[in-house]
Amino acid sequence: MIAEAGLAALWLAAACALLQLVMAAIGLRQTRGETIDQLFAAVRPVAIVGGLLTTISFACLIAVFLRSDMSVLLVAQNSHSAKPLLYKFAGAWGNHEGSMLLWVTVLGIAGGAIALLEHRLAERTLVATLGAQAAIALGFFAFLLAASNPFARLDQAPADGMGLNPFLQDPGLAFHPPTLYIGYVGLSVAFSFAVGALVTRDVGTAFARAMRPWVLGAWIFLTLGITAGSYWAYYELGWGGWWFWDPVENASLMPWLAATALLHSVTVLATRDGLRAWTVMLAVIAFSMSMLGTFLVRSGILTSVHAFAVDPSRGTFILALLALYIGGAMALFALRIGTVKAGNTFELLSREGALVLNNLLLSVILGLVLIGTLYPIVASAFGTQLSVGAPFFDKTIGPIVLILVAALVAGPMIRWRRDQWSALAGRVIAPIAAAVIALAALILFAPFKSVLSLLGLAFAIGLAVASVAPLWKRDLRRAPLFTYGMVIAHLGVAVSLAGMASDSAFTQERLVAAKVGDPVSIGPFRVRLEGIKPVIGPNWSGLEARLSIQRGDGAKFIMRPEQRFFANPPTTTSEAAIATRLDGQLYAVLGQPDTGGRWQLRLWWKPFVTFIWLGGVLIALGGALSLIGRLRRERRPVLRERYA
Amino acid sequence: MKPKHQRLTLVLLALAAVLGAGGIALSALEDQAAFFYAPGDVGKGVPIGRAVRLGGMVESGSLRRASDGVTQQFTITDGVSKVPVSFAGIAPDLFKEGSGVVAEGSFMPGGGFKATNLLAKHDERYMPPEIAGKMHKTESLAP
Repeated sequence: MIAEAGLAALWLAAACALLQLVMAAIGLRQTRGETIDQLFAAVRPVAIVGGLLTTISFACLIAVFLRSDMSVLLVAQNSHSAKPLLYKFAGAWGNHEGSMLLWVTVLGIAGGAIALLEHRLAERTLVATLGAQAAIALGFFAFLLAASNPFARLDQAPADGMGLNPFLQDPGLAFHPPTLYIGYVGLSVAFSFAVGALVTRDVGTAFARAMRPWVLGAWIFLTLGITAGSYWAYYELGWGGWWFWDPVENASLMPWLAATALLHSVTVLATRDGLRAWTVMLAVIAFSMSMLGTFLVRSGILTSVHAFAVDPSRGTFILALLALYIGGAMALFALRIGTVKAGNTFELLSREGALVLNNLLLSVILGLVLIGTLYPIVASAFGTQLSVGAPFFDKTIGPIVLILVAALVAGPMIRWRRDQWSALAGRVIAPIAAAVIALAALILFAPFKSVLSLLGLAFAIGLAVASVAPLWKRDLRRAPLFTYGMVIAHLGVAVSLAGMASDSAFTQERLVAAKVGDPVSIGPFRVRLEGIKPVIGPNWSGLEARLSIQRGDGAKFIMRPEQRFFANPPTTTSEAAIATRLDGQLYAVLGQPDTGGRWQLRLWWKPFVTFIWLGGVLIALGGALSLIGRLRRERRPVLRERYA
Repeated sequence: MKPKHQRLTLVLLALAAVLGAGGIALSALEDQAAFFYAPGDVGKGVPIGRAVRLGGMVESGSLRRASDGVTQQFTITDGVSKVPVSFAGIAPDLFKEGSGVVAEGSFMPGGGFKATNLLAKHDERYMPPEIAGKMHKTESLAP
């Protein structure tokens, strides 16, 4: 019954979306009258009901997974009654249909949230926004109901399910996909706002102020989702890498780059009423990148290390939706942007100018990631099989990131409207000096490392110094919360960059075949293989190596890398053991034994690698502070108006 | 500056940036894109020492461990041609005889392949499109 209820809720939610779209379209055709007021008043509740219905549908999917109802096809294919409860729960979205339902659920909730929370946008623009949100939802409802029904039943229920892919059996599955999807699909709100504003030609500071919190909210989740995904891949795949420039990863990075640019351009629009057309364009691009990412991931058109069972026939459907929505929004943009009044202009050397540079560089990086990701598809259309990987991205994006970081050092120190080059020069002396000293020290002590990673470290140190400049000589208690947000987010960029550069410059790696009792040295550690013993888990059995490790004369500690054998489906996975220290991580993987009783061991010492994800968390935290600060400050006038 | 001029400057700047990025991208793609080869391509001539990918099936019974304990040797086949591959490292979990693999590395003089990385999939039900395509071409191999 639960599955049928879930399917019914999904159909009803689709009906709500259709109603919402029709009401918005009729309402916007006329200019005034009583029917309009009634229509406008009814659009909000319909959007909220639609959001609730999709949530109910998703709850039903979780329920059938928790109950291990094997008569539901999706459960039978992807779950097993012996699975731990957490993975029955998270397994609901560890497959194509479930993850698409999660996608649509976030879309529905986002629509409901606009209807419930957005009170600052002009009424007509809001109705147009809800109409756009409903239009997106309709297409993806159609995709779910026609091509990926998660609630399909089997005529005869099997005795038990086929089990969840063991690689996904990890706490990361409970956190990473939902966070990423909230960010990914949350950008649909910016898209709908842009479409709404184009429909009513109402692009200005009020519009930007209304849109900013939504963009920030989605961007925070996207940042957290990418950070979590990177750490998950790092410890689960057992290669010691944290980013592979894999198409699936790029699919999440591209919306992030666009959203980061949008976040900065929307500030120019909100503060100085400049960059009107560009901000609207970016809002369209950001969610277009989310949809493109969904297409790349779900169609299986590209080889990915993260891809799990995909069905190419579905790709065509998503591609059609992609063309419809991106094409539609771009056409609307082309038709309407000429009639949107131009915003304010500004001096070249001003905060506005610096933010334009930020947008330009982020767009170039976005373009490079896009080219690198799509090139193999284009090439294969011409009959050449090739793949574009880390060498391409490192070579092209590395230098541009350094330029971006250099711009980031100066940007927040430049005044709005107009500034003097000589004054700016005085302000950037401290961070530049810090970077130069750091570079000199690095060249002295680590002269043979790659140029890019040494420059990366030096730039990171300069940026760290520069990022706190906006708080310099200010009353710390009176500085607004969003200034703290900016400082912490920019510091996060420095911390993350330092981690990346340190990992690529100073990582040490050992690959050995060790007998029990053999000593191995790696970085500052002495490692000894103490023994191998069998272990047993809830739905797996395995082998565990006992490594005793000593650093200098310090206390010994134990690491236990494992090999696990899962029965459903039959798979072997290796579980890396990671010891985290303040100055880095020791990473150990157990491999296969040979006939002579030797075990393969792969060890890495990665100095300051944790900074990569710490920086990601700081960036998200900065975003959250900024969001709270903005809401607090900008709510006051709204409340005053409403209760005046 | 007049608004018209400013917009023109911005458009020109953006254009320059896009062209610059495109230039960098194309020049980097020229030498950085790893081309994908199947064992059947080896007879037709392959670049020596360049970073490429080689995809196919790990031939059953071919997997051997060298005496150093860490180097593995095996044969990648598309059902007709074979390429001997050596790989120093811990193979991914789904790497086994008789299943698909993509090896990253370079061809060596003499026809061998030295892999620096092996890619196998998260999912045992999944086959990389490149391999599926190449397998389809030879059609001699049972699924």
